[in-house]
Amino acid sequence: MSAEEEPLPAWSLPAEAVDHIALPEAWPGEITREWAWGAATGAGVRVCVLDSGIEAGHQLVGEVQQSVAISIEGENVTVDEQDTAGDLCGHGTACAGVIRSLAPECELTSVRVLGAGYTGSGAVLLEGLRWAIEQGFDVINMSLSTTKQKFAGLLHELADSAYFRRTMLVASAHNMPVESYPWRFSSVISVGSHEQEDPFTYFYNPKPPVEFFARGVDVEVAWMGGGRLVCTGNSFATPHMAGIAALVLSKHPELTPFQLKSVLYLCATNVGGGA
Amino acid sequence: VSSDLHAAVAAGVLGTEESHRDLLHSIVVVARAIFRAKASSILLLDEETDELVFEAAADEASESLIGRRFPSSTGIAGFVLVSRQPLVIEDVLADPRFSRETAESTGFVPKGLMAVPLLHEERALGVLEVLDRPQEARFTLAEMELLGLFANQAAIALDLLQRARRAESSLQGKDDLAVLARVASKLEDRREESSREDALRLLADLEKLL
Repeated sequence: MSAEEEPLPAWSLPAEAVDHIALPEAWPGEITREWAWGAATGAGVRVCVLDSGIEAGHQLVGEVQQSVAISIEGENVTVDEQDTAGDLCGHGTACAGVIRSLAPECELTSVRVLGAGYTGSGAVLLEGLRWAIEQGFDVINMSLSTTKQKFAGLLHELADSAYFRRTMLVASAHNMPVESYPWRFSSVISVGSHEQEDPFTYFYNPKPPVEFFARGVDVEVAWMGGGRLVCTGNSFATPHMAGIAALVLSKHPELTPFQLKSVLYLCATNVGGGA
Repeated sequence: VSSDLHAAVAAGVLGTEESHRDLLHSIVVVARAIFRAKASSILLLDEETDELVFEAAADEASESLIGRRFPSSTGIAGFVLVSRQPLVIEDVLADPRFSRETAESTGFVPKGLMAVPLLHEERALGVLEVLDRPQEARFTLAEMELLGLFANQAAIALDLLQRARRAESSLQGKDDLAVLARVASKLEDRREESSREDALRLLADLEKLL
């Protein structure tokens, strides 16, 4: 079922239905990092990296469950569900390695939306995101954005659809004075960089649109050819938040994106749970 | 058509291509200086061929690269263009594939690379690269911000250059009204000649007639 074909139920809560929406567990009195992800490994959580591909078998990445490539010719969208081209740039492998370092037992899938040329790259990004949302991933890492206004509306719809389907989109914020998407939408977690070295240090930003700052400066990351590089950019802060989100979801799979965001807020380094 | 014509008339008067080349060169020279880097270059996106083209370089070794073309979405510059995300990479030598490709294409193997997309309004126009900033200093977010601000200025210059090029080509065009742009260009060239006065009087009469 595509994002546009969701059924439209009537929205109300009769008295006898209150029991049906009882939460599976009581909300704890105090949210700490120990409660949120203590002893969690990311096991059972499906994470999608929407990027330039992932080099499978890289020492810092390990197993990649599936590699998919999206391409568009004319009106035809092709989803190659057994792509073997790997990573065309190194960036996707870098993001995957960061997620793996935080959530070592999560399941990683690569959806390649970059590398087939600049022309049409916005449309490929959109189709890749649509495919990933349909697959029901728990977390989608998007260390990229588009500046094209014509895609903003559709991206917004897709981001909301992900939010309602319990797929957490984690997207890189722009640190340049331009409008870009999807990180500006409130249904995603948007991430900028801080300069500290601890991968679990992250800050909640009370002045949105950027919601969180995570480690993004001088990060040692996996790169093509089994290599490693030291990199800086919001691109690398984003998979830190995606990895932490995967940890929380592996311990608390019942959380909706709204609840997950709340947990991340309560456990932020500058909020109190960070202790 | 009218904005193109407007630009074409302006281009006829200004002789823009050369001055914009100077501007781009000055941008990469300043970029190199503020980051105390060894080299800096600007790559412009050619949307017709979907390629990145070297437009300006701050060092002599890289100047031979001007005009060289690369696919628009491969390599570091391509990624930065397509993802719209600035990227700073230290210790590029750690990646054998990257070093070899770079060495083959430029004869210059950088140890570190800063690449930032040149974004103007909705469009990604190209990429600004700064190569080999001093390694002893840890990279800071303040530098990242400076790079972003500087790239914004470079993007405005690139946008002007592209407009000038479009204008120049419409100046050569067969469009009925392109004659106006050519007339403006010729009037500018004959600044010192008496025939210019006669031509201007003729134009004033033409304006009254219209």
